[in-house]
Amino acid sequence: MKKQGRIAGIGHGIASAALFIVVLLAAVPARAELRIDITNGVSQPMPIALPPFAGGSPQESQTGAAIVHVTSDDLQSSGLFQPIDPRSFIQNVSANDAQPNFGEWRQINAQALVTGAVRALGDGRLRVEFRLWDVLAQQQLAGFAYTTTPQNWRRIAHIIADEIYKRITGEDGYFDTRIVYIAESGPAAHRIKRLAIMDQDGANNHFLTDGRSLVLTPRFSPSAQEITYLSYASGTPRVYLYNIDTGQQESIGDFPGMTFAPRFAPDGNRLILSRSENGNSNLFVLDLRTRRMTRLTDDEAIDTSPCYSPDGSKIVFNSDRGGSQQLYVMDAGGGNVHRISFGSGRYGTPVWSPRGDLIAFTKIDGGQFYIGVMHPDGSGERLLTKDWLVEGPTWAPNGRVLAYFRQTPTDSYGRGGSSRLFSIDLTGYNQRELKTSGDASDPAWSPLLR
Amino acid sequence: MLARLTALAGALLLLAACSSTSQAPATVAPAGPGGVGMSQYAPGSQQDLAATAGDRVFFAFDSSEVSAEGQQILQRQADWLRRYPNVSVTIEGHCDDRGTREYNLALGQRRATAVKNVLVAMGIPASRIQTISYGKERPIVVGDNEEAWAQNRVGITTVQ
Repeated sequence: MKKQGRIAGIGHGIASAALFIVVLLAAVPARAELRIDITNGVSQPMPIALPPFAGGSPQESQTGAAIVHVTSDDLQSSGLFQPIDPRSFIQNVSANDAQPNFGEWRQINAQALVTGAVRALGDGRLRVEFRLWDVLAQQQLAGFAYTTTPQNWRRIAHIIADEIYKRITGEDGYFDTRIVYIAESGPAAHRIKRLAIMDQDGANNHFLTDGRSLVLTPRFSPSAQEITYLSYASGTPRVYLYNIDTGQQESIGDFPGMTFAPRFAPDGNRLILSRSENGNSNLFVLDLRTRRMTRLTDDEAIDTSPCYSPDGSKIVFNSDRGGSQQLYVMDAGGGNVHRISFGSGRYGTPVWSPRGDLIAFTKIDGGQFYIGVMHPDGSGERLLTKDWLVEGPTWAPNGRVLAYFRQTPTDSYGRGGSSRLFSIDLTGYNQRELKTSGDASDPAWSPLLR
Repeated sequence: MLARLTALAGALLLLAACSSTSQAPATVAPAGPGGVGMSQYAPGSQQDLAATAGDRVFFAFDSSEVSAEGQQILQRQADWLRRYPNVSVTIEGHCDDRGTREYNLALGQRRATAVKNVLVAMGIPASRIQTISYGKERPIVVGDNEEAWAQNRVGITTVQ
């Protein structure tokens, strides 16, 4: 079985490369013995052994060790796996085709084992293969070989982590992804904000704008090749598009008033956004091919932060039409508007889960900010985290993890006010800071890159 | 009279010290009866506007309603703008940071437009008045406390 996926680089000289995947068949068909149920969160992460992938040359071995390191960090960050300290390993796996000595892995309480090998091919490409084993059942659970250019080694590591996650949990992974965000620096009154992008684990950070113009609220296109965001570059706040392959930035057009709060429709051909008209903010859809805008709401209220359901049939947004900022759902054409948030406080920044089953939001109540989720009909509200200021949830593509930003208060001397990215499981467990080079806000998680 | 001026100067200094990050002196409006007075600053300048009319109006939490006090300040701004017919202004709408980013962009725009609409109703041509929202992005006074938030819920008239 072969499947071909395209790996895109960040523009500016990193070439795109094809990735070839081969399934390595197990000698004995695997039964799903090893399994994590992630619905309710786990108190005991699964012990997993990840010995360095074997290599024939020092360079191959070095790459093999580096790949395993990245894969191991991915799995650990999920909170579902506990990679076993390599110093406790009894055997080193070198001949990865042979059956592992399961008894020795059982002795160090490994439930899962990952073996692999790295080979440099004659044409300069890299072949990386890995196998996932159920130590107790002594079975292969998964096996794949990837052929790609050497500079893609990190992506291979993330793809392997995704395969392991999928095989063990039954859900898609989220490691072969990027996060676009706003990098912040400078004093609060004159904050410098730059569009930035990084791998989900903080590697390969790039700044996409130079900080001369204030930029806010970036979001990925469904293909992960484009970003839409707000920029003050022209003096008036306007919605822009950034092409990741070419590095090109363009305004969506010189529409009267401020355009803001953009998000892509699931088909990638349209944006939904807010436009202010004589002080009122209404919702519009912009067709990216014709650059024509269609009005969806027309009222005196603030209608903003719109987001499509994954099937494109509905839109969730926040509005103060009822007196305070609350969440509303309507049909994609603008009809059948109904309020869904009825708890105490104000609700904003609704984002529909990629699975369609939940809407994440920011809630402000009693001087505190919360990140929470509710069903699209407004039922089952659950608050995941609370702080002085937490805002702007974004879903990992599997709908199991959320990222958001957290800002600390500033005193009157300007001290404090740091802003960082965090992730948290839908269960409310496993809250972690995402690595960024400095202050950061407005994260948006990409779809899986394949 | 001298005592009153001294008190005003003291208040000006105090406010300037509190809001060291703002570009213009904060609101102190020694308006004489029948219109705006003169200031020590260059006629038609931002400092002149701030000193003679007051360059900003404040808003209640999550509100874009111009208060009675705001109306008085804007009446003086309109008088001042009539005195300098070649001056154009941009109204900046700002918010405190206790709201979400996009909602605050919309709220800041609503505040800026509310200020503009009052000035237009007072006879200033709309073509002389631009608006821009900074939401919670450019706080005038740094600090997460009630006093700073109150200063940041503001529409500032800036001379172009």
